[in-house]
Amino acid sequence: MSFMHFIILLPFIAALFVPFIYKKWNTSLHTGWFVIIVPLFIFINLLLQIPAISNGETISISLEWIPSLGINFDIYLDGLALMFALIISGIGALVVLYSIFYMAKEREALHNFYIYLLMFMGAMLGLVSSDNVLVLYTLWELTSVSSFLLIAYWYERKRSRSGALKAMIITVFGGLAMLAGLIMLAMITDTYSIREMVANVDLIIESSLFLPAMLLILLGAFTKSAQFPFSIWLPDAMEAPTPVSAYLHSATMVKAGIYLIARMTPIFGGNESWFWLVGGIGVITLIYGSVRAVRQTDLKALLAYSTISQLGLIMSLLGVGSAALYFNIGNAQEIYAFAVFAALFHLFNHSTFKGALFMVVGIIDHETGTRDIRRLGGLMSIMPVTFTIALIGSLSMAGLPPFNGFLSKEMFFTGMLRASEVTVFGLDGFTILFPIIAWVASVFTFIYCMILLVKPFLGKLHREKLPKDNVHEAPFGMLVPPAILGSLVILIFFFPNVLANYILKPALVSVVPNVSMDSKLFEIKAWHGLGTELWMTIGVIIIGLLLFVSIKKWNIVLRVYPEKLSLNQLYNTGIESMEKRSESFTNRYMTGNIRHYLLYIFVFITVIMIGSLIGLEALSFNLSSQEEISVYDIGILVAMVAAAMTTLLTKNRITAIVSLGAVGYLMVMLFVIFRAPDLALTQMVVETVTTVLFLLCFYHLPKLGKRLEKMKFKVTNLIMSIGVGLTVTLMTLIATGHKISVPITDFFENAYELAGAKNIVNAILVDFRGFDTMLEIAVLLIAGLGVYTLIKLRPKGSENDEA
Amino acid sequence: MEYIILLLAGVLFATAIYNLLQKQLLRIIIGTVLLSHGAHLVLLTMGKLKRGQPPILDENVTSYTDPLPQALILTSIVISFGITSLLLVLSYRTAKENNTDNMEEMRGESNE
Repeated sequence: MSFMHFIILLPFIAALFVPFIYKKWNTSLHTGWFVIIVPLFIFINLLLQIPAISNGETISISLEWIPSLGINFDIYLDGLALMFALIISGIGALVVLYSIFYMAKEREALHNFYIYLLMFMGAMLGLVSSDNVLVLYTLWELTSVSSFLLIAYWYERKRSRSGALKAMIITVFGGLAMLAGLIMLAMITDTYSIREMVANVDLIIESSLFLPAMLLILLGAFTKSAQFPFSIWLPDAMEAPTPVSAYLHSATMVKAGIYLIARMTPIFGGNESWFWLVGGIGVITLIYGSVRAVRQTDLKALLAYSTISQLGLIMSLLGVGSAALYFNIGNAQEIYAFAVFAALFHLFNHSTFKGALFMVVGIIDHETGTRDIRRLGGLMSIMPVTFTIALIGSLSMAGLPPFNGFLSKEMFFTGMLRASEVTVFGLDGFTILFPIIAWVASVFTFIYCMILLVKPFLGKLHREKLPKDNVHEAPFGMLVPPAILGSLVILIFFFPNVLANYILKPALVSVVPNVSMDSKLFEIKAWHGLGTELWMTIGVIIIGLLLFVSIKKWNIVLRVYPEKLSLNQLYNTGIESMEKRSESFTNRYMTGNIRHYLLYIFVFITVIMIGSLIGLEALSFNLSSQEEISVYDIGILVAMVAAAMTTLLTKNRITAIVSLGAVGYLMVMLFVIFRAPDLALTQMVVETVTTVLFLLCFYHLPKLGKRLEKMKFKVTNLIMSIGVGLTVTLMTLIATGHKISVPITDFFENAYELAGAKNIVNAILVDFRGFDTMLEIAVLLIAGLGVYTLIKLRPKGSENDEA
Repeated sequence: MEYIILLLAGVLFATAIYNLLQKQLLRIIIGTVLLSHGAHLVLLTMGKLKRGQPPILDENVTSYTDPLPQALILTSIVISFGITSLLLVLSYRTAKENNTDNMEEMRGESNE
């Protein structure tokens, strides 16, 4: 195991020690202080990789796991992986620091919290650095599982549990689809390595599995990254503790889907369905999320919808940017690669400002006891630091200077305007929708950013509405992490090219392999002249402000949209009706009536047997070489049929038992005729004992024994029994007519020489095949023990003790 | 001869199934006994019928009936006897505990 593997797996190793540390020092020291070392260590070590990676080098180290199946934990660290790993470990460290002040060590089960969190961190780090698709899938599901555990952290609350369940069902559904897609890719290219898949991209494009694999992988990415219409789990996941929401549901896990799309772009990019699906779904999610966010009253729900919307933004940029793979080289390629560049830039920015905003909301919740914007207001003077950070975060999200959101929003508009010029993927007219929707969504983004900023902080403070009396500024430690993120937001605005050169460009090469890095296009400038993009931004601000001021007048329009048609309602009724239907379906055939179950079995046997006879054209009889029929045979046969029918036709049970005995004795006669003396003897004894047992049993049931009860005639029973009888006769008739090989009977005629016995049947039973007999004795023994226990053993307090 | 016996086996199977589909416990056990009779007949017929003498070695005999199916049937008879007796006692106990031998009435409450 290399040092790099150690770093990636460090969170898992650390998670093992957390409970011991918690047990030993919890009363004196917050467990988080031990945990924070882990992401910090990882972050610093990853920072040391930046010089090498930014020079275009990549790190790939193999670690054997199941080498015989080609499943190895191969680390492949390129620009894209490094960028994600830095975000994961960096924000991870800040979130752990924040959680130290957020989660009280007296009340909370901290060991659980940090184990889940470290598990998630390790899974996420492994996910982005793994080259093997099956390892990627394993860790992908591990993020789903740890997210499930974290959402339901306060498991005594019903809403936490249902939110966790919903997130689990949706993300695992997508994860399984993705697994199928990845396996298809592996089948085409005969390798599990992503790098080798990219190298064999020609094979994949020609394969008939190209489209199914793409759709399945997209399903995985869309569910994980809460894209439309799979976004419904994200708002419900807000029941998790706020550090979790900040970390998982804004900065890292929801970007796993984005990562997957970016990773798969070299394989699928340049294809028109990829362009339209990723770009289109991204744009739809963007507008859906931003419109829904405006009507939320809970701050975390607002942030959840804004996350959905921003993820849609990144997704749409990746979709548009995939056109770069179509042009492959030259100016057109660079123009579209710019969209990917913008996506990566915004991804980074979003992690910074969204993390800060979640922490701000957590502080408000922590200090006032509520997150409802209808009860909050006027916090600016009480919490100046929190307000400053919220200002930075929300203005950056709205896309205003001097914050990094402005830069990426401008680049987003550029990308969308370029998209409208795409003419190669058919449906030319529709590309004009990209910039239009993007602009409208930006207006809504501006509005909800204003709500986020104005409603809690400005206006009047209503102390009587707040659950907590003594509202004051958050403790220093709680403010540090969002302050760091906030200062990053400003720093990136002023020095964007440091980030671009060292992190974004290497990541861009991973997504669009052939792009030339020297191009002037990939330099981020805060002022790029009076272009269309700037006018669009100014438009957003003016219209957004106008709409925000008049929000009470038009807000009613958003509420007209019926809640019944919402995706959530659809999901709930879908699950409910699925449960109801499967229950009623099961109840319909699982009746508890043994007759029905027997009927299913017999129908199945008859249909399968007769069906295969007809289907295989096996209905041929060979009735030659038959033995002569004598009068005795006929007599016995007729008597047997009559006796068997009597068991059915009689009302009297005793008659039925006696005629059953008659059938048995006629069997004895048949055995005599067919030259089987041992059988005849045994059958006679057994039949006698059986009949006696029958009579004994029902003699001792006085209430039931004498009652006459006629059997009810049912046509289905008749048809079924005749059907089974016919099947047996047909099958055996066909089988007797076609003897394929010579019987081994002749061997047993050596009974005297080999076993010293003249009775061949007995020699077979105790010598040639003595093992059967031994076990048959065991069967009898067990049956005898069973009979004994049934008669002797009584449950305590049983009244029927007369046996 | 064989097809007559097999037809008989078919009749035994049919009556057995009809009995099995009844409500009364006794009928069901009668069905299982009939079913095993039918199966034994099929086993016997799948060998050769009536060709030669009983499978007991004798100086003057050259042809014997097939001993192998007979050994198999013998094993089967004993096993089905064991099962039948267990079933009988079981149904006796069941009928006694529940005061009924009607399968319909023995269904769990939840399925009513």
